[in-house]
Amino acid sequence: MEPRPRSFYALTAFFLLFVVFLYGPTVTIGILSFQGPQGGLTFPMRGVSLHWFRDLFEQQAVGDIWGSFARSLTLGLLVMVTTVVVSVMGGLAFRKRFVGSGIIFYLIITSLVIPSILISLGVGLAWSQSGLPVHWASSGFGAQLTWTLPFGLLIMFAVFNRFDPSYEEAARDLGASPWQVVRHVVLPIIAPSLIGVALFGFTLSYDEFARTLLTAGSYNTLPLEIFGMTTNVTTPVLFALGTLTTVFSLLVIAVFLAVVWIVNRRRARQGSDAGQGLA
Amino acid sequence: MAAGGFDPPAYRDPSQIKVNAVLRNSSVVGWLLAAPLSLVLAVFLVLPIIMIVVVSFWGATEWSIYPAFQFDNYEFLLTSDVTYRVFLNTLKYALITWVFTLLIGFTVAYYLAFHIRSLTWQIALFLLCTIPFLTSNIIRMISWIPFLGRNGIANSTLISMGVIDEPLEWLLFSDFSVILAFVHLYTLFMVVPIFNTMMRIDKSLIEAAADAGATGWQTLWHVIIPLTKPGIMIGTIFVVALVMGDFITVRFMSGSQSANVGRMIQNDIRLLQYPSASATAVILLITVLLLIGTLLRFVDIRKEL
Repeated sequence: MEPRPRSFYALTAFFLLFVVFLYGPTVTIGILSFQGPQGGLTFPMRGVSLHWFRDLFEQQAVGDIWGSFARSLTLGLLVMVTTVVVSVMGGLAFRKRFVGSGIIFYLIITSLVIPSILISLGVGLAWSQSGLPVHWASSGFGAQLTWTLPFGLLIMFAVFNRFDPSYEEAARDLGASPWQVVRHVVLPIIAPSLIGVALFGFTLSYDEFARTLLTAGSYNTLPLEIFGMTTNVTTPVLFALGTLTTVFSLLVIAVFLAVVWIVNRRRARQGSDAGQGLA
Repeated sequence: MAAGGFDPPAYRDPSQIKVNAVLRNSSVVGWLLAAPLSLVLAVFLVLPIIMIVVVSFWGATEWSIYPAFQFDNYEFLLTSDVTYRVFLNTLKYALITWVFTLLIGFTVAYYLAFHIRSLTWQIALFLLCTIPFLTSNIIRMISWIPFLGRNGIANSTLISMGVIDEPLEWLLFSDFSVILAFVHLYTLFMVVPIFNTMMRIDKSLIEAAADAGATGWQTLWHVIIPLTKPGIMIGTIFVVALVMGDFITVRFMSGSQSANVGRMIQNDIRLLQYPSASATAVILLITVLLLIGTLLRFVDIRKEL
């Protein structure tokens, strides 16, 4: 291998600085959440304790954190499943040009770039003027889909751009019906990317704030609860909550990565099913 | 599945023939597959936009809004120089954030794509950069406060190093901290599309440039940057849209001392002045769509993914 050019070391240093920049603040509040009982929102640390984590588990100390966590989790799973299903269907639809596909494509781009607060305001107004109560599972759910679906669809477009249609042709030549082609050829091939779509669907929903602000109704999701806390909580309990949600997000990402890894390994092992029939 | 899966379609049934004829019309299949997507977009994107446009012509009292068709909200907005200052400020944030995210994002993507030699390492380092994007924005924003505050890490480090005597006041709750937070939150949106485009550059082009006697800088300027333009455009679209529409970062990081359009809308919403919030929202939407529409002329997103 040829020796590294000098620019490599400069760029490595730059990259390391970038990583520190990305993670530094999060690590800071991670440390501060172990602040002693007398400590405040900034350094210095006055002792080390789990005091603020304990506070989180006392209902009256802070708002309805665990209720909002349960709602965010449920909503995240709902949005995740819907995003995967709708994105796959949309991705399949866009493989062929159909009347109106251009308009839908520009709506997807609009959905991606429209300021989130407009969705919040518009959905809130539409619901209140038609007399429907806003609720996280109806209006909040839909408002979040306008954020997760464009990501899901862009991933699907990227996947189908790289998809080799000769697999489908082979299946059709063997007499497979259109549904069989999708079920036994297309879906297994795109499966790993669907894990990616699911990860985006869940985490974007779980962390979504602006689009849920006016559409969640009287029961807060977790980001809304945290937002409320930032205005009236002045103790490190806020950091403890931040640390816990970040750890939870990291766990979710780790689970998805593990699933991708397992799926890829299984595929590598079962790479060829020649002679095994349609098991 | 049984071998029956290979049965030919039942063409003999006349109703089946009709169904097959309809299905062979590719538009019908497309419509059916796109139906759920269209439904979501219609109810949660198009309808809300229509609603905002309608309400922007309504009137408001201190506690309620009433249907009307008046231009008062727009007249008030467009004749107040506060509006222009706030829009200019928003554009300023977008421009400065864009410059920094582009410089940092390009450098990081370039490093990952051309200096890291094994695919496994490329993926691992890329994931390392992507993970923060999947954690809460609000938490990542609050995280800056103990770092930049009057007694924060930055100030105490600088003082102990003897660089400054007094804590710097402009580190937190200033334009500096707003832009820092934007760059922190959104650089990833530059890294990902630029990295994606760079990975698709044929490496033999770079060898050819080197064989033809190009220096590293010449290769970068005449080969890599032109080929990376689509990725840069997509990243730009993301960053511009996100910064233009933001309201929460500016509120947190400026300590409510600076304004952008998003905050203007949110303030009206808090005062239940929905019609005036809607009018501002309409103007913001037009601005954003014009900007993005211009950028989209330079790149075919679907081809570049």
